[in-house]
Formats: sequence, C-alpha cells, structure tokens
Amino acid sequence: MSDTLHALLDRSASLHADRIAVVEPHGRAITYRALAELSDRVRDRLRHLGVQPGDRVGVYMHKSIDSVASIFGILKTGAAYVPVDPEAPAPRCAYTLNDCSVKVILTEEKLEAALRSELATLGATPSVLVTPMECHSFPLAAMLDREQARDRAPVSETIHPSLDELAYILYTSGSTGKPKGVMLSHRAGTSYVHWCSDVFTPTENDTFSSHAPFHFDLSILDIYVPLKHGARLVLIGEALGKEPLALAQVIADQKITVWYSVPSILNFLATYGKLDRHDFSALRLVLFAGEVFPLPQYRVVRAQLSHPRYFNLFGPTETNVCTYYEVPQTLAPERTEPFPIGRSTTNVVCRVIDMDGSDVTSGDEGELIVSGDGIMQGYWNLPETNARVFITDADGTRWYRTGDLVVEDPKEGFIFHGRRDRMVKRRGYRIELGEIESGLATHPAVREVAVIALTDPDVGVRIKAFLSVKNGERLSLIQLKQFSMEKLPKYMVPDLFGFVDGLPRTSTDKIDYQALKAQA
Amino acid sequence: MEDTIRTVKEFILERFLPGEDPAALTPTTPLMSSGILDSLATLELVSFLEERFKIELAAHETDASRMGTLADIAKLVQSKRPA
Repeated sequence: MSDTLHALLDRSASLHADRIAVVEPHGRAITYRALAELSDRVRDRLRHLGVQPGDRVGVYMHKSIDSVASIFGILKTGAAYVPVDPEAPAPRCAYTLNDCSVKVILTEEKLEAALRSELATLGATPSVLVTPMECHSFPLAAMLDREQARDRAPVSETIHPSLDELAYILYTSGSTGKPKGVMLSHRAGTSYVHWCSDVFTPTENDTFSSHAPFHFDLSILDIYVPLKHGARLVLIGEALGKEPLALAQVIADQKITVWYSVPSILNFLATYGKLDRHDFSALRLVLFAGEVFPLPQYRVVRAQLSHPRYFNLFGPTETNVCTYYEVPQTLAPERTEPFPIGRSTTNVVCRVIDMDGSDVTSGDEGELIVSGDGIMQGYWNLPETNARVFITDADGTRWYRTGDLVVEDPKEGFIFHGRRDRMVKRRGYRIELGEIESGLATHPAVREVAVIALTDPDVGVRIKAFLSVKNGERLSLIQLKQFSMEKLPKYMVPDLFGFVDGLPRTSTDKIDYQALKAQA
Repeated sequence: MEDTIRTVKEFILERFLPGEDPAALTPTTPLMSSGILDSLATLELVSFLEERFKIELAAHETDASRMGTLADIAKLVQSKRPA
C-alpha cells in the first residue's frame, strides 16, 4: 500500500461518508464526509497563507474534532504538523514551535495571548489562526468562515507527497533542558497503522477511545487506525481523563471496543471508576503502552475487565511501537516480574547489540536497536545527536539506538531490563531527568540540583529533586512546586524534594546519583 | 469546619508534602494550580475524604472550584454530611 496518512481519511470518507467519524463525549460529533470537507477547508486556508510541501504547521489546540480536522488539513497541503501540549507552560510551547520554524499556528482564543507574547519574545513571526471561544458550530469552521469573509482562499488540490516526506514532528523531553523534535515520515506512520490493521483487525463497527494527547505518540494509532477503517473515534479530553467515574460512564455508554492508553489511566479507572456499575461487554481489546504495567495493578484491572484481549505495545517515539506482547488470559499467581515487551512489529527489524556494536549472544543483555519503515528520520536540527543515535551497517541500513536494555527470550521475545541513560517514563510520559534539573536550576536560590526517579509500587515512578540552596536558605516545598509548574509540564513536577548541603560526587567529580538513591 | 481542615491538612502534608513547614499550608493555599495536587493526588484525596468522612463525591465535585483550597474542601465535606 502506498497511501499517505491523509489518504486514509479521504478513502474512508468516500466509503463511509455518512458514518460518524469522531465524537466529543457530551458534545459534538462529525461524519466522515464533514470531517474530510472541514480538513479540505483548512488545506485551502493554509495554502492561501503560503504553506508549501515541506513546511511545518503548529497545532496548539486542545484535543477536539477541530484539532483532528486541522491535522488532516495540514497533511493535505503536503506540510508536516507539529502538535504542541496546550497544558504545558507557554514559553516551552513557543520554544517548540519556533524551534522547527512553523509557518502557521492553529490555536484557540484562550491560548492566543500567551502564545503571541512568547513568540514576540523569541522574535518569531508565524501566521496565527485563532478559533473563537463562543460559536454555534465547530470553532474551526467559524474561524474559516471569518477568514473566508475577510480574504477569500481559493480551492486547492490535496497534495500527496512521497511517503518518505516528513508528516509530523513530536517533541519529547530533552536531556539538555530543551525538548527535541522527533521527525516521522508518512511511511513511518502508515507502516505502523497497517501493522495495527493486521494484528487488531479493526472494522467500521469498532469504536476507539483516544486517551493520549496528540503530541504523544500513542495518538498515531488513536487517530489513523479507526479513521482508516471507517470506525468511530471517541476523544477523551484532559478533563474527562482525570475523572474515573465519568470516564467509566463514557466508555460504557459509547460502547468502546478498543481501548489504548498508558497503564496508569487503566489503573485509575479500575481503582476509582466503580466499574461494577457499568456494562463493558463491547470492549474487545485493551492495548497499553508507554510505561511498565506493575503486575499488582494489572491484576486489579484484569479482575474487573476480564474478557478483552490485552496487548503490551512497546517502543519509543522514535519508532512508535516496535515490539508487542499479548498477555495470556491467565497468569501464574506467583508471577511477579513485569510483562515481556515481546516480538518485533512487522514494520521494523529489531536487534540486540553489546557496547562494541556486535550482536549479543542470545539471552545476553544488550541495547535494542531498530531499523525499517517505522523509524524516525532524525531529530529536528540536532545533527550531533543524530550522529550519536544512528548506526549505519555495512549494507547501508540505518539502525536507531533506543537506549533500552533488553534480553531476548526464545519463548516470550524481548524482555525489558532498563535504560542506559537517565530517561524515565512516568504515567506514560517520557521524561529526561536532566530537563527537570535544568528547569529547577533557574530558581534564584538554587545552587545545585539533581533529580532521581524512585520506583513506587502504587504509582510506578516518583520523581525526587535534591537541592542545595544558596546561603542555606530553607525553601518552601509549596513554592518549589509552584515554580516547577511555571517552568515545566505538569508531569515533570517533582513529587518530592530533599535538601542537601552539597550534592554527593563520585571519584571523577560527577554527581553520584546512586548515593542519592540510597539516601532517598 | 476547623477539625475538617486540620484532618485534610495533615493528610496532604503527610502524603504529598513530606517535610513541608505546616504553617506554609494555609486554608487558602491553592492546591491544584500550585502543583500540590495533580490528578492522581486528587483521586487519592477524594478516596481519603470518602472513607474518612463517610461521604460520596461525584466527578463534577472534584475540580478546582470545589477542591481548590483546604477551605473549599472543608466546605464541600460539610455540605455532604448529614445535618
């Protein structure tokens, strides 16, 4: 198959024009025909603003039918979309959008002022299209109407670039304190979507729930798999995702058949959602990814939702999912070790190498490296990092070094052992601990800072920051949390703070993180 | 009311702010916008309130407008208890 990502929608729109494509619970819904038409109008407006194939366009919006239509509209110009977290601090968002030089930003009225102010600080001058807060139809359509009345955009053609062209950039936490942009092509996206089709066999009768924000790689399955197959996509927004009781009601009422989220959201639902009050018989697949699923939590979920098939999907943003494992219906009661990450998806090839770059003997620990259609093009504008994370073999094949330490088991596939760097997963979010350190180091009273991740049986991971403070000043934890909220995305705010006179050092004068873990 | 504030304050300090000076957490300190309570912590707190005060809270009652400060929480708990 050689479709672009946006061709998947247009084909479904021709086959299933009047079926519902996307639903906002307790709100609006849109048919395939209307979604395709709305995205065509976005395309026309963007082309009129000068967007060309190869450009980048920012989507700084909450998850909504509007943001789905915007994404397809951007792709239809041949440009790449850059989804940005509307809940993150505005300076971080503006940095991200400026970093990859977006030509246009689609945003919402309530986000506009802070965005414009931060863009001005950076000297960035992209066009900004703003959807209104109050309107009777889709805010995106109202914005397009307003712009059309002001300055008519002619109808343009949908552009289908080569599958090797850039389709989207997802920014992830960067160890230097700045987020880094993972560039993914249409081929990376579609090869993964087609693998999902083969394994999960979706049909137009399926209803998917989308839990992840669109700047998160789980969104690729969420958006494109249901829309490829004429299925229904139910958008679970940030607020609803935090209310297990209401979420349980929506999952039952909407007759969700395919659930895909990080384990912590499943665990929220099972712990606080009072699931026995609802009928979840429609649910046929539970897919989870983004972090290790602690076995006690899994058992709590499975005890209440026993009938669906459960899959553990694994992979970094740079490859999206690269391995998968179907959890058996029954687990040995004495089992305590986490699930394997399983076998390679068919759109990539996985190998395990040692420190010298040679394949390890089967059963030995090594680093997982990945090649094939599913891997990223590279990081935006970071040539030195790209040189470090890719290996090119004698055949000219590029392999991405994941940094994940694994062993291969002949029966269960790959088993995850940890990371070779300081990246951690917390509630599915990928966090470079160095980014938190960089944020806290800007506090005027902080002399030194070191951040560690602690394994926690209840929540998976807790983040603890150790600070040494100038003049021995005692800082309020509440003020430190507030400061962190202003500098970092919410999921990076440390759970715990500790104060030390000076950070412990190794014999080579590096921060001794092991010593900090020992005293945590 | 003051007993409720004291009970909830002790829970929040012990669970989410270990080591904080108790005087820094006042009845009007913002709990959600300041990052003291994230979504998971809010759920933990809701469970605690339901169990400790024998009440049941609906989803729409657990947002920042009703649980934004210790004073808000005490008011919410009072409104749920039998007169």
